[in-house]
Amino acid sequence: MELAAIQTRVGAVHPDALVPTDEGAAYLSMTPEHWADVAQLLRSDEELRFNVLMCLTGYDRGPGEPLGVAYNLHSMDKLHKLEVRIEVPRDGGKIPSVAQIWRTAEWHEREAYDLFGITFVGHPDLRRILLPEDWEGYPLRKDYKEPDYYRGIPVPKDKRGWE
Amino acid sequence: MTTKAEVVKNFGVVQTEEMVLNMGPQHPSTHGVLRLKIRTDGEIVSSIEPHIGYLHRCFEKHCENLSYEQVIPFTDRCDYLASMANNHIYSMAVEKMLGIEVSEKVEYIRVIMTELQRIASHLLAVGTFGLDVGGITPFTYCFRDRERVLDLFEYTCGARLLYNYIWVGGLSHDLPLNFRQYAQEFIDYFEPKINEYNRILTYNKIFIERTGDVGVLPAEVAISYGCSGPVLRGSGVKWDLRRDEPYSIYDRFDFEVITGDGQMGSLGDCWDRYFVRVREMGESVKILRQALAGLPEKGDVQENIPKKIRPPKGEIYFRGESPRGDLGFYIISDGKAKPYRVKMRSPAFSNLSVINEIGAGWMISDIVTILGSLDIVLGEIDR
Amino acid sequence: MTSFTDSLIELLGGLAWVPENAAGIIFVTVSVLVALPVFLFMTLNAMVAVYMERKVSAFMQDRLGPMEVGIFGFKGGKRFWGGIGQTVADAVKLLGKEDTIPGEADRALFIIGPFILFGAAFATFIGIPIGYGLVISDFNIGIFFVIAISSIGVIGVILAGWASNNKWSLYGAMRSAAQMISYELPVGMSLLLVVMVVGSLQFHDIVMWQEQHRWFLFHSPFTALAFLIFFASGVAEVNRTPFDIPEAESELVAGYMTEYSGFRWSIFFLSEYANMAIIALMSAIIFLGGWLSPLGGLFRTFNLEQSWYFLEGPWWGVFWISIKAIALIFVMMWVRWTWPRLRPDQLMYVAWKVFIPFALANIFFVGIWELLLG
Repeated sequence: MELAAIQTRVGAVHPDALVPTDEGAAYLSMTPEHWADVAQLLRSDEELRFNVLMCLTGYDRGPGEPLGVAYNLHSMDKLHKLEVRIEVPRDGGKIPSVAQIWRTAEWHEREAYDLFGITFVGHPDLRRILLPEDWEGYPLRKDYKEPDYYRGIPVPKDKRGWE
Repeated sequence: MTTKAEVVKNFGVVQTEEMVLNMGPQHPSTHGVLRLKIRTDGEIVSSIEPHIGYLHRCFEKHCENLSYEQVIPFTDRCDYLASMANNHIYSMAVEKMLGIEVSEKVEYIRVIMTELQRIASHLLAVGTFGLDVGGITPFTYCFRDRERVLDLFEYTCGARLLYNYIWVGGLSHDLPLNFRQYAQEFIDYFEPKINEYNRILTYNKIFIERTGDVGVLPAEVAISYGCSGPVLRGSGVKWDLRRDEPYSIYDRFDFEVITGDGQMGSLGDCWDRYFVRVREMGESVKILRQALAGLPEKGDVQENIPKKIRPPKGEIYFRGESPRGDLGFYIISDGKAKPYRVKMRSPAFSNLSVINEIGAGWMISDIVTILGSLDIVLGEIDR
Repeated sequence: MTSFTDSLIELLGGLAWVPENAAGIIFVTVSVLVALPVFLFMTLNAMVAVYMERKVSAFMQDRLGPMEVGIFGFKGGKRFWGGIGQTVADAVKLLGKEDTIPGEADRALFIIGPFILFGAAFATFIGIPIGYGLVISDFNIGIFFVIAISSIGVIGVILAGWASNNKWSLYGAMRSAAQMISYELPVGMSLLLVVMVVGSLQFHDIVMWQEQHRWFLFHSPFTALAFLIFFASGVAEVNRTPFDIPEAESELVAGYMTEYSGFRWSIFFLSEYANMAIIALMSAIIFLGGWLSPLGGLFRTFNLEQSWYFLEGPWWGVFWISIKAIALIFVMMWVRWTWPRLRPDQLMYVAWKVFIPFALANIFFVGIWELLLG
């Protein structure tokens, strides 16, 4: 199924979910509010049947801009792909979790939470995954400042020979 | 006559308590610095909670501060047992953004290297799986043969583990003198050796008892958890990106996609996952034979390397079949020399997340077996 | 029948300068004197066996094993004897290592544990002959003594695992307790069958019987099966692959030995190899004709001349029993370096559902066999 057809199909069921995208964009943009229902539709609809979540990527549009999550879906039966993007405000942005729909998302959402600070509502166990539990800040945000101390140990700032 | 109720009334029920056991980060069978928090009732494990991140080296943060070509050595260090495959897939992702076509010779060399890497990686997986169930000798047999692959790599690019060989648009070196002959000698030597592993390990009665019917992973669960590679194929799903989404020049080769068949128990048990790897080595040998035969003699491997790598604004998700499964790179470019965002979707990350699903209810010894059959590399899980 | 102890008592009692009523002094002296050769034997056995284990495993795995360390400048040549000083160096290293005791451990039990295991192995050697009359003390209940004393060792293992205050060690100890106790039953039952045939528990009598008749291995199909059960259970008793679940280096990381280091750890090591030697020696004595020469038996079967009965003197007996024991130890190593490990429940399955029923049936059938043919 082509992107346009998928868009029509999703739009028919959840007309409010879609956000208009730029000309020639190879992805669908969605609002977070309807995402849980749309995801369920993408997973179980006879025409769509996206049974694999290939990748879940968090990204940051830049300081002051929204945070986003890109879902790369794939269907093993229908052999088509789809990229869905959801953008939420920087502070307090919430996206419904799809961990119950694609179990892959469970750890990938934890990773996006860990590195970007995006909250996934309804996630069974939303904790930091790669960083220590007591880490402050979200390192992959573009405005992240590395701390001066970590547990009382000074973080080396002299980067001669590193770059 | 005493009934059970009377016994309970007079003496109470025997209370058992669950015990929390920390497996790792320093444990020989966690294949690196993985920590499993296990709840056990006697020998039986009731739940497993993996704690990862002990080897987190900020790969993705690094990428945002490096130019596209500088990222390649860092991909080496993610899955350090399959560096060639990482290089290959990352380079292809960037080439796709740039719209570069590489020459025939480069494609052939890349396939040869990736398949040799697959053999080396599977040899390690098979050998360490033997170690996990207690057989030490198969491990040394596998290392004996892996050494010969590494020798070939060393001869080609000077490195034995982290190669930085496949570059965006080309390769760092051309093949050395007589490489084709040495590679041919290796595959002629190696092909009969697969039978040797089968004799010492695969069809050993104790080995079958330990792995058959243990840690059964049903196909739907595997797909839902995003498992890929031999873990997915062990559950009987015929899915291999080399065949289903042919990239590079894989569509020219004749090879079989190996799936598990539940020969020694249920479909999708540890034995199936293990045996898929063993048989895949044979398929890699098949591909290597064809690739070595078709390898063009002449050609410059660096002619298509771009002077400046500045992909146009946009993003790409590209994935390929690394020895552990679908390795994907999601790259966002803002038109500058450094990538705006690189996300690596590592196969072992998703494969590991299934462990609680298939490991709960088995014994401690089986957790070791199941973990071994997933063939994880912590460098790629933690990135 | 003589033994070391008897000869020593006679010797000391007969000396002119020993006072008349010095039985107590003689007793103490003899006890110390007989302990020395046992200790010497155990130490030497461990050293040789470790070297052998390394070389055997190395050649099975396409390696060379230790090749560098020599003694007094002698490195041992290119291939087989290479690195002959390795175990000596290892022993020195182990004795020189820091002896750590975990802070939370139960100190007293932690210290006692290895010595109980060692003591059991040590005391077992008292009853085991290594040649005609070459035994510390020739009990008339020899087999019973050996089985009884060697099973004390499991207490040491449990103490060590418990006192370490480490969950993995505790698992090792619990597995070990279950395993050692389960496998004592098939061991006892398969020996019972030999006792039934011979009518004596004394090792010398068993070998004498085999000299007059034939080796137990070839006596009847049931005794051959008993040998297999005995040897396999014996391997399980000494915790070697495929029955090494208490140590299971890939699961429990050395199990009950995890927290031990240096000297205390080497005591465990010594006991393990001593137990291996005990199982090999017992199998050799009871089923393989002990110190009888295999050639002698062969010639006797074919009624050859008396002059062919060479290689049968008392010292040749030591040679033959060593050959048999070493061959059996080699088999243990061969198995260890070839096979994977069983799971705890499979291990229990083998003991309770395979070995014990077969051993029980064996006792019944060997009784019938002896009634009809004996």
